[in-house]
Amino acid sequence: MNGNKIRYREFTMEQGQAAKESNRSSKSSPVSASERRRSAGRKGSKVAQKDKRRKLVDATMRRYGHSTYALIETLHTVQEAYGYLDDDNLKYVAHSLRVPLSKVYGVATFYHFFTLKPQGDHTAVVCTGTACYIKGVPAIMKAFKKNFDVEPGETTADGKLSLLTARCIGSCGLAPAMVYDGEIAGMQEPEDIVSKVRAMIRNGN
Amino acid sequence: MTPEEFNKIGETHRKKRKEYPQNINVCTAAACVSLQSESVKEAIEEEVKKQGREKTCRVSGTGCLGPCATGPLISINDGEALYAGVSVGDAPEIVKNIDKKPVSRLVVSPDSPFFTHQERVALEHCGNIDPESLNDYLALEGYEALYEVLTTMTPVEVIEVIVQSGLRGRGGGGYPTGLKWSTVEKAVGEKKFVICNADEGDPGAFMDRSMLESDPHSIVEGMAIAGYAVGASKGYVYIRGEYPLAIKRLRNAIKQAEKRDLLGKNICGTPFSFDIELRLGAGAFVCGEETALIASIEGRRGAPRSRPPYPAEYGLWGHPTLINNVETFANVSPIIRRGADFYAAIGAGKSKGTKVFALAGSIRNTGLIEVPMGISLREIVYEIGSGIVDDRKFKAVQTGGPSGGCIPEEYLDMPVDYESLAEAGSIMGSGGMIVMDETSCMVDVARYFMDFCRTESCGKCVPCRVGTAQMYNMLTNISTGKGTMHDLQLLEELCDVLKHTSLCGLGQTSANPVLSTIRFFRDEYTAHIRDKKCPAGVCTMEHENEVVS
Repeated sequence: MNGNKIRYREFTMEQGQAAKESNRSSKSSPVSASERRRSAGRKGSKVAQKDKRRKLVDATMRRYGHSTYALIETLHTVQEAYGYLDDDNLKYVAHSLRVPLSKVYGVATFYHFFTLKPQGDHTAVVCTGTACYIKGVPAIMKAFKKNFDVEPGETTADGKLSLLTARCIGSCGLAPAMVYDGEIAGMQEPEDIVSKVRAMIRNGN
Repeated sequence: MTPEEFNKIGETHRKKRKEYPQNINVCTAAACVSLQSESVKEAIEEEVKKQGREKTCRVSGTGCLGPCATGPLISINDGEALYAGVSVGDAPEIVKNIDKKPVSRLVVSPDSPFFTHQERVALEHCGNIDPESLNDYLALEGYEALYEVLTTMTPVEVIEVIVQSGLRGRGGGGYPTGLKWSTVEKAVGEKKFVICNADEGDPGAFMDRSMLESDPHSIVEGMAIAGYAVGASKGYVYIRGEYPLAIKRLRNAIKQAEKRDLLGKNICGTPFSFDIELRLGAGAFVCGEETALIASIEGRRGAPRSRPPYPAEYGLWGHPTLINNVETFANVSPIIRRGADFYAAIGAGKSKGTKVFALAGSIRNTGLIEVPMGISLREIVYEIGSGIVDDRKFKAVQTGGPSGGCIPEEYLDMPVDYESLAEAGSIMGSGGMIVMDETSCMVDVARYFMDFCRTESCGKCVPCRVGTAQMYNMLTNISTGKGTMHDLQLLEELCDVLKHTSLCGLGQTSANPVLSTIRFFRDEYTAHIRDKKCPAGVCTMEHENEVVS
């Protein structure tokens, strides 16, 4: 449906937190987050990671007695643990809950919260609620396009920054609001945003 | 548990609260957190230790205090003084003056119209209690309504009180709550469910979020009372995944209540059992529609189905199900405690009680407010909201989110109630209220909402799936100066089709923002079409681009 429609990925603070944590862990390990993401596509690299994350997913399914009703809750856990829904996990969940893969895919793509693509090292989320919109979201988007060459829902070519949009993060009193790597900030001007995002990318490495 | 025992619990916690002659409540709801209120709280805690006041002064995090725009906010000694715009550097002075005169440069006058025009029922505890403490809630008559209901009233009597109070669904539709409860109560079924709809999808609305973050126990209590009234033993809260703090606090509240026998098996030693489970939404606006919400809880795509049968008869897994909004449940316990007459005395006409609004946009005092029904829009905008920023000219108030409309200046004296708002082409909605000034373009606003509806349409029925996309295209054409007068006429026709043929509320009401802006701001549309000009200077016209390039 709506083939030409852009489905903006929804962002959440939890995602930001997860991204942040993965960044933190990347500092201690010699493999950077972007390298890990690149290697995620390669075969075999996952084997070493039949890991704690999978156990979390199993635990969620067990809690709901592996009923088909647990699908959305399980996908939440997958996304929390892995940062996004990868093909392997979609298949694994489908198999474990005995739900056709098509249905799992249907659910995963229906809800904006779920993302099927890995995120960049850092995330910047622009709130696009009504209050934020009338207080200058279009200008913010332009600033991102101009300075980082990135559109909503995309990750920069170097994998450093994902620009996401949120329907409304509920900080309407402080519009326009932004979420930088999980931290909410209100009353943001395009210039501040650009310098903040620059600093975020710089400090992250 | 005997009534004496129950009263004793409340008494103990009231006494405990008084052990600290001074208390400092720092707002830790989302808006203030985004202004670093948590580091302010830490600074004050440190300062209290430094000045050796730990034994007399309690520092706690609390829910929304109201005027979010001026955060971080701090309430001293249960509302004795309210400080706004507090920074970490102010901590020493605040703690030093805790038992003296308030720090005058930070004080917000309690006599300001922002407070005096409000009436707090659903938000009665917001800002007074620590949302993570059951003891705080118990100290302020918490769970007394539930206990009273379980020990002294029959389910039919409970429903009768709700009917008498005149409470109507606060999710936006305004269906009489008592009638809904009694339908579910009468429905035949072995199992029944209660669902709390906390999937606050309207952009620009944050009431439910604030309530869950500030006073989660009142929702738990309201749901348990509803469960008793309709004969359900299981409740679900369908909450937005985008609200991590609200989820955390609600989970915590449920756990605390279970531990103290206020949820779970044989509540307070009575035969009534009630459990609450959380279900996280995954970012789909359509899931605010009750049948879509049920589909989502069942683990499917959130696509609505046609009604009847209504969920009251055939709901979750085919069982009779009661679905109410967060604010509706928050009103239940005050109504039981203070009586139906108290609630029915507030408000006007067929709209009783109070309504919580999230005030945002080009207005000086943004924030969370609760006002009696029937108050005029002018009072909200100019008294409570203190007028438009930079003294610009008022243009419209948008209520009801993507399902509502824009109300122009000539309707400012209209009372805020379900019927009047509908007459003005908008809806009450869940309570988002966004004020727009002359710098907002109404065509652009309509286009914004249509973009929202087109992205959020579940795609099940044709009018909504195709109609919203077409309307978006037409509005884009108009806003870029490529539209014709014929487009405007088509737009109106298409609105009519969507209104009458869409399957669920999303499609049926998606025409409202367009219809209301055409109705009240037709001149702006014609300016875009005929003069190729955007009066507010928001839209970029095609021919302007050509000139530039």
